[in-house]
Amino acid sequence: MHGLTNRAIQCFVIDTYGVDRWTECARVADIGFSDFETLLIYDNDLTNEILDTASAVLHRPRFELMEDLGTYLMSHPNTESLRRLLRFGGDTFIEFLHSLDELPDRARLAVSDLILPELDLRDQTATQYSLACRSPIAGSGHVFIGILRAMADDYGALVMLEHLGASQGIETISISLVASEFATGRRFDLGCRDD
Amino acid sequence: MIWGAGMTDILSDRTGAEATPCDMAAIFDVLCPMHLVLNKTGHIIHVGPTLEKIRHKGDWLGKRFLEIFALKRPRSVNSAKELMGVAGSKLHLQLRDPPTTNLKGVLVPSCVDGQQIVNLSFGISAVEAVQVYDLTSTDFAPTDLTVEMLYLVEAKSAAMEASRKLNQRLQGAMIAAEEQAFTDTLTGLKNRRAFDVIIERHLETGSPFALMQIDLDFFKMVNDSHGHAAGDYVLQMVSRIMIAETRVTDTMARLGGDEFVILFPDLSDIAVLKRIGNRIISQLEYPILFQENVCRISASIGTVFKTSNRLATAKQLYEEADLALYASKRVGRARQTFYHEGLMPSSGA
Repeated sequence: MHGLTNRAIQCFVIDTYGVDRWTECARVADIGFSDFETLLIYDNDLTNEILDTASAVLHRPRFELMEDLGTYLMSHPNTESLRRLLRFGGDTFIEFLHSLDELPDRARLAVSDLILPELDLRDQTATQYSLACRSPIAGSGHVFIGILRAMADDYGALVMLEHLGASQGIETISISLVASEFATGRRFDLGCRDD
Repeated sequence: MIWGAGMTDILSDRTGAEATPCDMAAIFDVLCPMHLVLNKTGHIIHVGPTLEKIRHKGDWLGKRFLEIFALKRPRSVNSAKELMGVAGSKLHLQLRDPPTTNLKGVLVPSCVDGQQIVNLSFGISAVEAVQVYDLTSTDFAPTDLTVEMLYLVEAKSAAMEASRKLNQRLQGAMIAAEEQAFTDTLTGLKNRRAFDVIIERHLETGSPFALMQIDLDFFKMVNDSHGHAAGDYVLQMVSRIMIAETRVTDTMARLGGDEFVILFPDLSDIAVLKRIGNRIISQLEYPILFQENVCRISASIGTVFKTSNRLATAKQLYEEADLALYASKRVGRARQTFYHEGLMPSSGA
């Protein structure tokens, strides 16, 4: 798994639970170091190991933790640049949903060796969608539930999300759009301002 | 509207008699929201919707195109007629009013009598322009790659930031590793930190040893006249000579610059040390050849004995060896002095 992914898990634990809990996770998982480097590639087992350990150390089910990770990535001030990159996907939440298919390609444009889970969005009706997510890390669908929930807030859309389970390494999420303009979303300026 | 009946006629002719007349300006507003229409005198008669956002003060309608935009390339276009001469070629333009944004453009004659269409783009200034003019992705045609470019710019800076942080951490780790190192990277000898540890260990056991401090003579001249590469080479040769002239149980270190030190465990025979010191000096005096350059150096030596019945600190021994060394320098270099009580610090050293 790419260092960026592992580092995201590390930053999530540190920003949410404090650096001491992270140090504990790293120690219990016995990964031999306490900081993931963003630009290195690590073994997939290491990512699974650190997620399971974090779940045990923080007394939270792994999938819940992964959903929180998704929400964190889209809504924490420290990861604002990531939210912005995703907002480039479209002007509305529906456009954003349709941009998810190309998310792995967009990521590769920025970091050529970053491999994100394969995503496949299907629309059943104008308000009912399903997202299939294929990843070697179990629970990646839960991360996307967190991401979608936070992004819906960001766009001001009201959605219902449900994890429909996993089969052959593919996790499926059902997305029901209740209202696309439910609230005023967060502002998105094309030009990145420092303030 | 502005395009007049002529345009719709042409279009109708092309698409057949049944075709409904269409508003070309409206079509262009979607396809090229940054276009202008000029009349035959070079005055602006239509402004695309994105350009409408840009002209935040003053109306452009009815103004001369060249009054609003400065044509930077090709130069020497000053009239509507000359403007028609650059049709089809790439134009580098700049807004005359602040914030004097740079634009790229192309001008084509329209089918309507004497009118011209100028399509504009921010080009590379897009990053700045979206901020200055508060543009959103709907201000760009869906086929325009500007928004993708802006995405890439941000993604690249995020990736660069990650890379910069990694480099910073590596740099920090390298400095820390160097600080912890015990080896002088140039000569491969031990460094001062390592030597301090070794000398302390010998002091703890109370065993006798001799401490020889060696300072190169004329080394500065080598550096000054033949350069630092020559100086580095000479230091490497010096360390080889010292290794050759000593036993494996002796410890050598480069304390910095052209200062070396050797610890001889269990050696208290002044005659033996004299021989070793003299051999080192004469070996060092052989000219060293570095790329056509002949480097000549020598060495001054100061030695102190730490006998088993004497209590001394490393600092004391360093100071005494230093005193002896400066006595050697004082009496004309290229010699060795043994420390003895009554050796006075040199006033000139």
